[in-house]
Parts: sequence; structure tokens; C-alpha cells
Amino acid sequence: MLLEVKDLNTYYGSSHALQGMNLQVDEGELVALLGRNGMGKSTTLKSIMGLVKPRSGSVKFRGVDITGLAPFKVARAGIGYVPEERRIFPTLTVFDNLMMGVKRGKMVTGDPDAWTLEKIYSHFPVLEKRRRQKGHTLSGGEQQMLAIARTLMGNPELLLVDEPTEGLAPLMVKEVRDMLADVHKAGVSTLFVEHNLKVAMSLAQRLYLMGKAHLAFTGTVEELDAQPEIREKYLEV
Amino acid sequence: MDSTTAMYVAQGIHGLAYGMILFLVASGLTMIFGMMGILNLAHAAFFMLSAYFSYQALAMTGNYWIALLAAPLATAVVGVLVERFLLRKVHAFGHVGELLLTVGVSLVILDAVKAFWGTESLYVDLPESLKGLIHVGGLEYPVYRLFVIGLALVVLFIMAFLLYRTRLGMVVRAAVSDADMVNALGINVPLVFMLVFGIGTWMAGVAGVAIAPILTVFPGLADQMGMDAFLVVVTGGFGSLSGAFIISLVFGELSSYGVQFISALAPVLMFVLMAIILVIKPTGLFGERE
Ligand SMILES: Nc1ncnc2c1ncn2[C@@H]1O[C@H](COP(=O)(O)OP(=O)(O)OP(=O)(O)O)[C@@H](O)[C@H]1O
Ligand SMILES: [Mg+2]
Repeated sequence: MLLEVKDLNTYYGSSHALQGMNLQVDEGELVALLGRNGMGKSTTLKSIMGLVKPRSGSVKFRGVDITGLAPFKVARAGIGYVPEERRIFPTLTVFDNLMMGVKRGKMVTGDPDAWTLEKIYSHFPVLEKRRRQKGHTLSGGEQQMLAIARTLMGNPELLLVDEPTEGLAPLMVKEVRDMLADVHKAGVSTLFVEHNLKVAMSLAQRLYLMGKAHLAFTGTVEELDAQPEIREKYLEV
Repeated sequence: MDSTTAMYVAQGIHGLAYGMILFLVASGLTMIFGMMGILNLAHAAFFMLSAYFSYQALAMTGNYWIALLAAPLATAVVGVLVERFLLRKVHAFGHVGELLLTVGVSLVILDAVKAFWGTESLYVDLPESLKGLIHVGGLEYPVYRLFVIGLALVVLFIMAFLLYRTRLGMVVRAAVSDADMVNALGINVPLVFMLVFGIGTWMAGVAGVAIAPILTVFPGLADQMGMDAFLVVVTGGFGSLSGAFIISLVFGELSSYGVQFISALAPVLMFVLMAIILVIKPTGLFGERE
């Protein structure tokens, strides 16, 4: 098991945002985390990353307990995080944004599967074209590409992506979707949060569906397809 | 040259020297705010502490240059220890706790200084090479003020190099806009905070050493500089180094010429300028946040 989240409880002040959350991601999987607004999807990813500290429960990565570690330690353990708002560094160039993702300032060398600048540029040609531009001058879609590429520069074994297609034009949605499929095919296990059901169903192998602060359903895309009442209860408005 | 021109020039240089010293203090303050989100109310106390350190180092070694090097370093060490063992501990409890802690630290420094050195003004004697005036092109310049301006420029150059030509600088610039994201990318942000805090207090320390021969060394140094640096940070925009630079120089000249021509109004000129800028741009000259 690559990632194992068990009985996680997270609070914001007195509000109980995760109430015994569970999920798992296996090596090589592409898994979606779905649910309506405010259910706790982002909080789940942030709790894994150590950006918010869970009060109880455990997060294990490759069997090692990483619950509540500082975010930089979680990242160094091998988990990459692409946040909801992309959070590109606005005053840094595209190139420097990419460099920020490099762990301990050292590029990985000698590993043919590693994400290097060349490999990033060949997967994300637009970033090479814009490498001297400041982060804040990129379009939403380009910022999303950069956010994913920046995290890949750290060669994570597991990628956590929060709402990659949010606020993008339809054409861009497809491009980002294909990019995630591409990155997954390149060998990166991925857990992503997605509101766009079509994107999620076409990309994921397995799904987790959240109700308020807890897990409501888990299964394959086909299993969810066969249960319209669950989709209605937890997804459709 | 005639005496009016000479007076203008002298006033201008005094203003520039004060503006540069102000920038050394304000830049650390704004950098720490930008990265850590806290207003370090002990910042001016470090500035004062360094002035005392320079007095002490000079008294012990008799060598001004040793004092100039050692005092800011000693101040930075105190700053790093405060960050590592006090500030970091209260970080989890939010900004109010951090703010209160820095008030506490400034009070402790103030009392410690009074206990060790008393409340009298102490004089820092300059070496002969930094005293007097030099004559260039028919004008007279006070050597020490020019030295202070040069010293600040050197520090400025080192800072610009660190900030724009090193990985540490890149990380700092990124963390000013989003420290959590930097942390999530695998960078040891608490360590970077400590370094920035150390560098910030070191710069305040350089300023403290620079001001000592001009104003003498006394506990009230902290209040005066603390207020001015705070005004610079607010007016220039929280977290903005270029804003701090421009406003520091403007404030320096404003107070220098202000004292000369409308001395009754001089103390409020800075507030007037601040009010005007903040009415036009509430986030300060180059600031992005409220
Ligand atoms: N920093 C915070 N402080 C207080 N409450 C928060 C904070 N962040 C999130 N919450 C609350 O926690 C709950 C879960 O939020 P979360 O952002 O995890 O939801 P989400 O499933 O990602 O929603 P969305 O689809 O809108 O992104 C919500 O009720 C939200 O209001
Ligand atoms: Mg969310």
C-alpha cells in the first residue's frame, strides 16, 4: 500500500471537518476523490500533507507513519501536492517556479525515469515557451500546468491534485485531463479531487465519494455508474 | 561656493544617511513581516542592542572596525536564538501570541540594557579616518555620513545579490508570497524563517552601529527608530523591499530638510506623507495586502 489514511479526525477550531476519514491509494493507481462543496476533500489532502494537523487517526506512506509531520517532511517522504488555487509564485519566473519544486536544490541525475527540466518541457511545451515570464502573467490553464510541473520537479511517488480543472475553459479542461493521464502513464500514482464528473469518471480507476466530513462510498467507476441513487445523493445537485 | 548651497548639500547628505540607516532597519522589518506574517515589535530593540554592543566592543578592544563587524553579528546571534527558541514555539498559537512575544522580548532587551549600561548617553568615538569633512568640487561633505551611505550601499548590494542571485533568495521571494506552498514543496521553511530573522536583525544591527556615533547610545534609540521604521513599512507596503527603500529615502530627506525649514512641522511631515499615500493606495506604495 502506497498511502493509507485511517480514521482521520481534523478540526478547524471547534468545527469537526474530517470525522473518521479513510482512504487508500495503491502503487500505480489513479484515484479520484469526489463530493459536493464543503464536504472535506481539500481538508483530506491538506491533512495528508501536514498543512493542517489532524487531531487523531493516522496517515501512512509506504507503511511509515507520517501523521502530522511538517509539510516539507511529507514532501521529502515522496508526496507531491498541487493545491486547489494553484498557488504559483507570482513574482517568480516560470523557470524559477519550476526550480522551487526541486528537492534540496539538487536535480535528480542518472535516473532515466526522473522528471528533469527536459522531460518537463517535453510534456509541457508551453512552459518552455513561457519560461522567462513571471508566474502571475500566465493564463489559468497555464498556471495549472505549471503547478503540476513544479510539483513533478520534486519527483514525487504520489501526486495529490486538488481540483485541477476548476475554472478552466472546456478546451483547457480536456488538456489538463489528458496531462494527468499522461503523467500517470509516466508512472506517478495519483489521488485527485474533481468536481467535473466526466473528467473524474474518464480518468480514475477507483473513486472515493465524500459526504459531510466522512467517506460515503468507495468503488470502481463501473460500480458508481450502476448506482444512480448514490450519485444523486452525494453528487448531483 | 556660497553658504546656502553648502547648507542644502549638507542637509541632503544628512537626510540620505538617515534614510539609508532607516532602510537597513525597515527592510528587515518588512522582510520578516512578508515571510512570517508577523510585525516584529522587538526589531528596533535589536537595533538599539547593537548600538550598545558596538559601544562595548569599542570599549574592550579600542578598535572601531572590530566593533563595526562584531556588534551586528552578536545582535544577529541573539535574533536567531529568539527566533529558534521563543518565536518558533508560539508560532502554532497564531499571530497575536507572536506579537505579544516580540513586545516581551523588546521589554527584556530594554531592561537588560539599562541594567548593564545604565540610562546615560554613551559616546562612541570614531577613528580619525572617519572624522571631519572632505572637500570635493568646492563642496564640503561630512566623512562619516558618506561612510554610512557607502556602508548601507554595501549591505544593500549584498542583500540584492542574496535575494536575486541565490537559491536562498528565490526561496525567500517565494515564501514572501506563500510560505505554506514553499513548505509543501519540500523546503525547510522554519529554517529559512530563522535565517531571514537572523539576516533581518543583522541589518538592524548594522544600522545600530552606524547611528551610534551620530546620536550617541541611549535606551530611547529604540522608540525613535521603531516608530520611523514602522511608518516606512506601512507606507511602502508590508513585505515590499522596494517600497521600503523609496519611502526610507523620502522620509530621510523629509526629516532633514523639514527640520531645516519648517522645524515645528517636521515631526508630522512623515505622518502627512503616509496619510496621503495610504488614502491613494491603502496597501502602501508597493504593498499587496491590507
Ligand atoms: N481554514 C479553515 N477554517 C475554518 N473552516 C474551514 C477552513 N477550511 C475549510 N473549512 C471548512 O471545512 C469544511 C471542509 O472544507 P474543504 O475545503 O475541505 O471542502 P471541499 O470538499 O474541498 O470543498 P470544495 O469542493 O468547495 O473545495 C467546510 O465546511 C469549510 O467551510
Ligand atoms: Mg476543496
